[in-house]
Amino acid sequence: MRLQPEPVQAVKERRDRALAALVGGVPYIAFLGLRFDRRGDELTATLPFDERLIGNPILPALHGGVTAAFLEVAALVELSWSMLWEAMESGRLDAATLTPETLPRLPKTIDFTVDFLRTGLPRDAYARARVNRSGRRYASVQVEAWQDNRARLFAQATGHFLMPDTAPARD
Amino acid sequence: MTPERIRIARQFIAAIPHARALAMRVESIGPGTAEISMPWDARLVGDPRTGVIAGGAVSALMDTCGGAAVMSHPEAPQGTATLDLRIDYMSPATPGQRIRARAEVYHLTRSVAFVRATATDDDPARPVATATGAFTVERGA
Repeated sequence: MRLQPEPVQAVKERRDRALAALVGGVPYIAFLGLRFDRRGDELTATLPFDERLIGNPILPALHGGVTAAFLEVAALVELSWSMLWEAMESGRLDAATLTPETLPRLPKTIDFTVDFLRTGLPRDAYARARVNRSGRRYASVQVEAWQDNRARLFAQATGHFLMPDTAPARD
Repeated sequence: MTPERIRIARQFIAAIPHARALAMRVESIGPGTAEISMPWDARLVGDPRTGVIAGGAVSALMDTCGGAAVMSHPEAPQGTATLDLRIDYMSPATPGQRIRARAEVYHLTRSVAFVRATATDDDPARPVATATGAFTVERGA
């Protein structure tokens, strides 16, 4: 007998629940007002504009520290999500019981380098990160951010992360 | 440090909405140096299991402090913006403790300020993070 494929709604709910547990557990993500949209395993981070994020009131422009923080959180969430995705899709982790308390530990940032390409305008910003290398202990993640035009990045960054002890061996 | 210089720096920082959102405080200002601190706040926690403040909040403090050091340089730039910033996270900031950043412009050219910064909590012997950055130097017309 052939196994019935899992209903699409159940798959979506499971993945969205895991993402919500990951993102909802971090107070600083709520402080910045960050949202994460998911298409399959691809995440896009959105930083909705807020007056509190301004660093130069005369221009006005986003605070460079906010841009750096946005990129770092986007990189960290992407890396955690890629670990979580694998654990969830392989059945090692049950998303139904996942809460911020039972999530695998988050990776720790070792270093983070931000390249500020353009002034951050007083409007929404978006970011997508890519895990370039994810080993048992270390990972390297690259992230790009844009505002009105996807092709005109306003910042990009690379960071190294220390993987949590419970991370599955992948090399 | 003249009282006038620190007054101007405090006004400058108080006018930055995000510095206010993080409750940053100017501790001292010298020629091309700045010291700015920020209290621990539950809303800034990046790892809920440890209560350690998110790296991003430390970045914002380092960036602000670096910019303030550039603005306080004797050659008095009209403005500055961050070109790049690299942060090394040396050890987690102890929950509940203030984080103090100290930045200095170690070289200034006509167009670029090279900045180094260190952040510590109550234990000055154990840095929480260090940073290096390049900032633009805006000259008046």
